[in-house]
Amino acid sequence: MYGLKPDILVDLPEKYFCLTDYEKVAAKWCPGCGDYAVLGNIQKLCRDEQLDPAKTVFVSGIGCSSRFPHYMKTYGFHGLHGRAFPVASGIKWRRPDLHVFVITGDGDCCAIGAGSWIHAIRFNIDLTVMLFNNEIYGLTKNQTSPTSRMGTVSNTTPRGSVLPPINPMQTTLGVGNVSFVAQTVDWNPPHLYATIQAAHRHKGFSFVHIIQRCPKFQSDLVEQFTAGKDKLYLLTGNEGVELDDVVIKSFDHTVEHDAHNINAARSLAEDPDNIYLGVLYRNTKAQRYDEYGVHNIGYTVEQKMEALNSELNKYAV
Amino acid sequence: MSTSTSPEKSTVKEEIVPSLPGEHIVEIVSDSGEGAQKCGQSFAAISAKMGNGVWTVEIIPAEIHPPSRTIESASGIRIRFGSTKVTNMGDEAELMVALNEQVPYARILQKAYKEGTIMLLENKWATDQSEHIKTQYATALKDFEARGYKVIEIPMEVECLKIIKSARKGKNMWVLGMLCYIYDRNLDIAKNQIRHTFRTKPEAVIESNLLLLQGGYDWAADNLDFQYPIKPMELKEEMVVMNGNEAVGMGILAAGIEVCSMYPITPATSTSHFLAECIENSGGLIHQAEDEIAAIGFAIGSSYAGKTAVTITSGPGLALKNEFIGLAAMGEVPLVIVDVQRGGPSTGLPTKVEQGDLLAVLYGQPGDTPVITMAASTIEECFHFIILARKIAESFRTPVVVLTDANLATGQQPFPRPKVCKEWFSPPIDQSPWKQGVDPYEWDEATGLSRRPIPGQPNGMYTLTGLAHSKEGKPSYDPENNQRTTAYRSKKLATFKNTLKPPEIHGDKEGDLLIVGWGSTLGAIDEAVDRVRAEGGSVSSLHLRFLSPLEPGLKEIFSCFKKVMTIEINYSDDVSDPVINNDNRRYSQLAWVLRAKTLVDIDCYSNVEGQPLSPRKIVRKLQQELEQLKA
Repeated sequence: MYGLKPDILVDLPEKYFCLTDYEKVAAKWCPGCGDYAVLGNIQKLCRDEQLDPAKTVFVSGIGCSSRFPHYMKTYGFHGLHGRAFPVASGIKWRRPDLHVFVITGDGDCCAIGAGSWIHAIRFNIDLTVMLFNNEIYGLTKNQTSPTSRMGTVSNTTPRGSVLPPINPMQTTLGVGNVSFVAQTVDWNPPHLYATIQAAHRHKGFSFVHIIQRCPKFQSDLVEQFTAGKDKLYLLTGNEGVELDDVVIKSFDHTVEHDAHNINAARSLAEDPDNIYLGVLYRNTKAQRYDEYGVHNIGYTVEQKMEALNSELNKYAV
Repeated sequence: MSTSTSPEKSTVKEEIVPSLPGEHIVEIVSDSGEGAQKCGQSFAAISAKMGNGVWTVEIIPAEIHPPSRTIESASGIRIRFGSTKVTNMGDEAELMVALNEQVPYARILQKAYKEGTIMLLENKWATDQSEHIKTQYATALKDFEARGYKVIEIPMEVECLKIIKSARKGKNMWVLGMLCYIYDRNLDIAKNQIRHTFRTKPEAVIESNLLLLQGGYDWAADNLDFQYPIKPMELKEEMVVMNGNEAVGMGILAAGIEVCSMYPITPATSTSHFLAECIENSGGLIHQAEDEIAAIGFAIGSSYAGKTAVTITSGPGLALKNEFIGLAAMGEVPLVIVDVQRGGPSTGLPTKVEQGDLLAVLYGQPGDTPVITMAASTIEECFHFIILARKIAESFRTPVVVLTDANLATGQQPFPRPKVCKEWFSPPIDQSPWKQGVDPYEWDEATGLSRRPIPGQPNGMYTLTGLAHSKEGKPSYDPENNQRTTAYRSKKLATFKNTLKPPEIHGDKEGDLLIVGWGSTLGAIDEAVDRVRAEGGSVSSLHLRFLSPLEPGLKEIFSCFKKVMTIEINYSDDVSDPVINNDNRRYSQLAWVLRAKTLVDIDCYSNVEGQPLSPRKIVRKLQQELEQLKA
């Protein structure tokens, strides 16, 4: 009928997931918050990648962005301040069938959770990590964060902060066994989407630094970024992100970059004047701890009983 | 006592009277690194394999390699073994072996010896090149004799050098051979034990250790004229012998736990050494996390994803894990937390025993955080309680804390070989579709229980949160909701308590004095109670395994005694101190809990000396209390 071959039906998925399969309640972030852009793009990514909501887990810590899992119709874990990494690692380690995303903020990741951040990079478990960096503590109402620029006026530094910030890109690229590091901005949705898609598709700990606005406590950052458009460089090259020409043309500057070259990546990350968007570093050969985690899953009770008995034999009187 | 380099036989004239018929307490002390523990562990295993009751206590220095020939360097082991079941470390040692004359002082400080204790002392220091050492040796020798020890100087070094080139590694096995002669151990069992102990070493190492064993045995047979053959029991069933940390590890295998997430901390760590060797054969893995907090976070993540998990720690680690324990209680994540207690507060006494974490577990959390808490009192319970804890955690959707301590951790004891059964092991994770319309926290009104969805289950999607939440798992700041949901979580403990039986009483069900204990003090308390009862004292004891919720019927039991007192290894104020009065007195930890729970005026007796309690110490206290009650 209609000249269609019946075997095309064989490839149809059991169920096609629509955006509504990922959308839960309306988010309660401030109007103009960069988090909204990420949420919309993540839902779109889940739909486009056809991630089964029952097999997808969003793990977060504490902070404005960490409310994220509550707005997804997937499994979620909204845990403790700074502790999303160990929880997400524990979830993924022995469950290769789950897609695990980590949502963290600059306070959550770079301050209280910094220890686990460093080690999560080294463990290189297959997690898609998004650091929402708005350079301020929002949920606790306007305190300086470790990524706040020097001179930031906040409730804890009313005369301006006195230390230069931590650079999350530099830090991540400095850890042994680093596997995937990318950078994007919340006000360029196509680039944001393409970057988190590349991160999701990378097998390993994929770290995406999202530079974003806090309209409430860092509103002048928006102007700084939009006014400083000439400071944004788009990274091009065959290991970068897939973008339409239109999006590429919207950037004033592009830089050809080899994402396999860690030294080049580190120089870009350390550049005090410019911001480079795209994939800075990618290493598919980095050792993955979750590959070790799944090497002996699915033992039967009989196998476990045998193992126990054989141990007891060694201690038998 | 003369030196025994000559073939003249040493003699011990008086008969040694053991504290119970048919048993002995032996200690071996050396500088750290000389292998006294390996010697003693082997001796204990040989004795257990022959059918003796055994209990060991390790003497562990806090540093890895302290300066030798000092009190700080003392490393060793106590083995109490006998013709009946042995449940505690006992009183003073009948015999001790010392590889130099300084290390015994570490144990003398702890009153480990008595008049008449036989001391088998390495005599090479008598002829040392250093005048200082020679003088130290001579002085100590005089002192030991003044203390009434029966010192026998033994040319250990000289004899070992006839067999091997360097005696520092190997003397311990020579000593083992000597002890095997003294206690008439079966040499075939001893040789097999050496093969087992050195199973990862080259054959040449095993051979030289076997020669040393034989050398020590033969030397003793030729030169000592005393022997204490401790008769074995007739074993009615198959037995196993291990220490508490190994038993915990074995319990983890038996519970079918697939993830053990830990951070190294004394005295808990050796469980992970045991598991590192074998858990992979059982479909499980060890995760060594970057810190204590991450260790429990990882375990919680694993359990949330349906893989049963355990985390093992000690006091300082527990303090760090507290926030996550609160999250596990709030989000209702099943988790087994093993706390091998050591001396506190802060870093405290890392290698010594204390029962100091009870109140921290019960009340260390902000808000109301009901956590089921149990304490193992024997090595055997270390095994079975892990299996039980896993089941409780999953049935009640809650964290369960299992308390053990440094005494159980390193103490070896034989117990009936567990008959492995299927029901112990956690079932495979449920990935069937979640029933539509059932909420992730569909609390049962009567019990507070609810089923949990596991990621991968279709229709079960929810977000676990540490925020106050509704039954849908949504953050909720509704006043009535928080009141109700907090009550549900609390109700789970009441539900659990309904499954418990009142504790058994050791001794009469009524009388003058009732002792209440928990944890590793069981054997010492029961033995002390038995001794006092044998003299006609009206005293009974009761040992609690569940501390939150408490076992039922306590108030009724307490009402049948004139006085109730806890005996614990933790701090309480000394009532004889003039500053302390009824108003400012601080009680030991279980006493606080029982007083609050039962409104009975419960007394306590406790100390923080970092040592297991000896039956004798308890006997004295019981006698004193009974006298006061009469007066």
